Amino acid sequence: MITLQINGQSHTVDAPDDMPLLWVLRDMIGLTGAKYGCGIGRCGACTVHLDGKAEHSCMVSVGSVGKRAVTTIEAIGDTPTGAKVQQAWVDAKVAQCGYCQAGQIMTATALLNHTPNPNDADIDAAMAGALCRCGTYVRLRQAIKNAAK
Amino acid sequence: MSSSTVSLFAESDASIREWMHTARSPSSSALPLDRRGFLKLAGAGLALGFYLPGGARADSETPQAAGAASQSPAMNAFVRVAPDNTVTVYSKAPEIGQGIKTALGLIIAEEMDADWSRTVVEQAPIDAKVYGYQGAGGSTTIPRAWDQLRQAGAAAKAMLIAAAAQQWGVNPAEITTRDSVLTHAASGKSATYGSLAAAAAKLPAPDAATLKLKTRGQYRLLGRRFRGVDDAKIVCGQPLFGIDVRLPGMVYASFTKCPAAGGKVKSANLDEIKAQPGVIDAFVVEGNGRLTEVMPGVAIIARNTWAAFEVQDKLNVVWDESGASRDSSSELAARAKQYAAGPFPAPDRDVGNVERAFASAAKIVDAYYEYPFVAHANMEPQNATAWWHDGVMELWAPTQQPNRGLSQVAALLGLPEDKVVVHQTRVGNGFGRRLINDYMCEAAAIARRVKGPVKLQWSREDDFAHDFLRPAGYHQFKGAIDPQGRLDAWQEHFITFTADGKNPAAGADYSRFLAYSCKAPNLRRGLTLMDLKTPTGPWRAPGDNAQVFAQQGFMHELALAAGRDHVEFLIDAVRREVPELAPKSKDVNFDPERAVGVIKLCAEKTGWGKSLPKGRGLGLAWCYSHAGHAAQAVELSVDANKRITIHRVVVAVDVGQVVELAGAESQAQGACVDAFSMALAQQINIENGRVREHNFGAYPILRIPFAPAAVEVYFVESDFPPTGMGEPALPAMAPAIANAIFAATGERLRAMPFSRFGYRV
Ligand code: FES
Ligand code: FES
Repeated sequence: MITLQINGQSHTVDAPDDMPLLWVLRDMIGLTGAKYGCGIGRCGACTVHLDGKAEHSCMVSVGSVGKRAVTTIEAIGDTPTGAKVQQAWVDAKVAQCGYCQAGQIMTATALLNHTPNPNDADIDAAMAGALCRCGTYVRLRQAIKNAAK
Repeated sequence: MSSSTVSLFAESDASIREWMHTARSPSSSALPLDRRGFLKLAGAGLALGFYLPGGARADSETPQAAGAASQSPAMNAFVRVAPDNTVTVYSKAPEIGQGIKTALGLIIAEEMDADWSRTVVEQAPIDAKVYGYQGAGGSTTIPRAWDQLRQAGAAAKAMLIAAAAQQWGVNPAEITTRDSVLTHAASGKSATYGSLAAAAAKLPAPDAATLKLKTRGQYRLLGRRFRGVDDAKIVCGQPLFGIDVRLPGMVYASFTKCPAAGGKVKSANLDEIKAQPGVIDAFVVEGNGRLTEVMPGVAIIARNTWAAFEVQDKLNVVWDESGASRDSSSELAARAKQYAAGPFPAPDRDVGNVERAFASAAKIVDAYYEYPFVAHANMEPQNATAWWHDGVMELWAPTQQPNRGLSQVAALLGLPEDKVVVHQTRVGNGFGRRLINDYMCEAAAIARRVKGPVKLQWSREDDFAHDFLRPAGYHQFKGAIDPQGRLDAWQEHFITFTADGKNPAAGADYSRFLAYSCKAPNLRRGLTLMDLKTPTGPWRAPGDNAQVFAQQGFMHELALAAGRDHVEFLIDAVRREVPELAPKSKDVNFDPERAVGVIKLCAEKTGWGKSLPKGRGLGLAWCYSHAGHAAQAVELSVDANKRITIHRVVVAVDVGQVVELAGAESQAQGACVDAFSMALAQQINIENGRVREHNFGAYPILRIPFAPAAVEVYFVESDFPPTGMGEPALPAMAPAIANAIFAATGERLRAMPFSRFGYRV
């Protein structure tokens, strides 16, 4: 049995230690906001925060999470930066299919928490791991800048 | 050359062609507005009243996301109005990222004069008898639904007006509507739609012929920018997608098929698999032998997705590959080159006299163009959830063709169609891959043997291994310029693939759109078909996504050979009257002047003709694709290490009336990124029938640092009815880049991906 702190709540799950956090969230806890895209850390669709740091949850074994606070897209709107980013996303109409956008928003929120006024190079560096197959990059960049204002 | 051996895949290939035809047909499927055809469901709950245990209603997207669906009075199958004046409209087609849910909602709301700020758009149930075709493909959803939805909105408005006229004792013609309010100016009476909805819903549906639809000048919503109707849910991570479906007692499945298409299961270590932790069951599914439905494989039923994936690694299947693919992409490319060097095949198109044109030409240009297989790599790997209960197969699927999927599942399981229920989920992009419902049929076949609901999830590796690839293609061109510097002859030997030994494979035939827009007074085309067992299919802008690269690259070569300005040369060619090449059907909206319009607009916005700093190049290309006319220009620079930096992208599009501007712009921006990504570095290699690329590491998709920072999009304002935006802005991007690279470096790129010549970002 493993106990996790997720979005401010405590959850105990019967999962093997090496099960990726992504699948614990999606299939055991029922938080399906973090998405499966590649399972090998190459797309960013599964991004969550561990103690505020953006991590690919497909690459984090549930046994390694320990006491770190897990925040997912479902609760990121409870933080001031997360709420700002979500609003900027809706206002810039970033999403096309929307599948990658939870990961994009979690990555962008971590960026803004760390670098409140990112320049293009900061955005490139932080967001390069987050693939968007629909090609929403133009608006995504604008939305990050709008959220930073 | 094509052999006459009967291909294993003839049947599935024919079925792909059939739906490609359906998906491309531009005709509107307006339903008659009578009581029979146009379901009027006063108060009764819309069509499928399917209830899950626990009372959650499951007719809208994923069951856990479905709110309490509106039970307010229905004007027709597309419109409900609640007493609190909330209007609910139903989007009949799959949302795959093309923004259709917002766009279809707006069309209904516009005709209805609904208050958009209080309009809710919900996913319609899947029922072809009520809604007609409900697919999303070929950029046809908007043109097909245009009349039907306008009539639905106008009919609802007419019923509300009739109810008000009755209640107020006034002439209905004197009642005006705006923002969900009815007004009779003379008497000073006014009422909300909501207050009259119950009365209106009891009235007969009006005759379609009596409905007066709005004209362009009367639009208050169409053509403006609106937020996406589901964007608030998307940014909060709400469950909308197929992969998000969760049902009580649900189990999870993986499905392992032969990595070479057409292989069958000989034996598998099922007992060992069943003993693995987290595994509930494992069994062989024989399938029906159709690549587009269910091929043989091993289903592993597990307690969670991860266990279902992990155990795939321990699965040992002995495959019978006697009938399986042994295709090799490099060997096919080498053979194509030999055919290109050989004799010209019997032409399937011969206009004028190319031989005479070549004999009298001032200039002759020869060129060989080619492009590789590419994958769809949908962001959401294929999945579907199925539940066999009470003699009903109930499915939740991210599909582009739900109606067809429903019929396929019914036929597969030998069920009447009314015993199959399909719930349309949001789709983590389509690009044509999800016009094929193999994953949905597999889920149904597996669910038939499982107690309770089961979600079939493909891994990313499964998704790459079992795609329906954009076929590679090879074009040997020969063009003639006459002494006046005009394009005089176009000869093209297209070497492509067949799955049935007779016809081009799915997605491998000559673009029917290019057939109208590629004009020379003397034109000859011939096909050589090479046998292929690897499944192929439509990929965003089928045919055009690669053929326009070849055609527009060669047009640039011809313009330079003629010593003409490229833009002027393109305009001259498209205006050329060649009666044999003109569309015969009035359903084809190709129009040389609309083409000239976008070419000119694009050139003007780009500053065509301006002088550029050294190392910079400007390239332009255009296409008529999927009923849209589009031109693209790219300004870029290339450094000494062949690193490309795109400085500017300009897109000019004519798709008639723009329905929702922000979404239309988005489609153009996304298409430019998608095309750049594809043209630069994407290539699927096949060896011994197996796809060699298994995940994003080997198959690069453009990332934000390398994407154009801006894409300028301009729409030609016109009164033409709207056509789709999913595809037209894609095909001309790759040749615009290649032409710009030529302008910058003098190196002509006659093959994709450009990375094979050392180009990178
Ligand atoms: S699913 Fe985790 S990075 Fe792709
Ligand atoms: S919005 Fe579709 S993958 Fe990013």
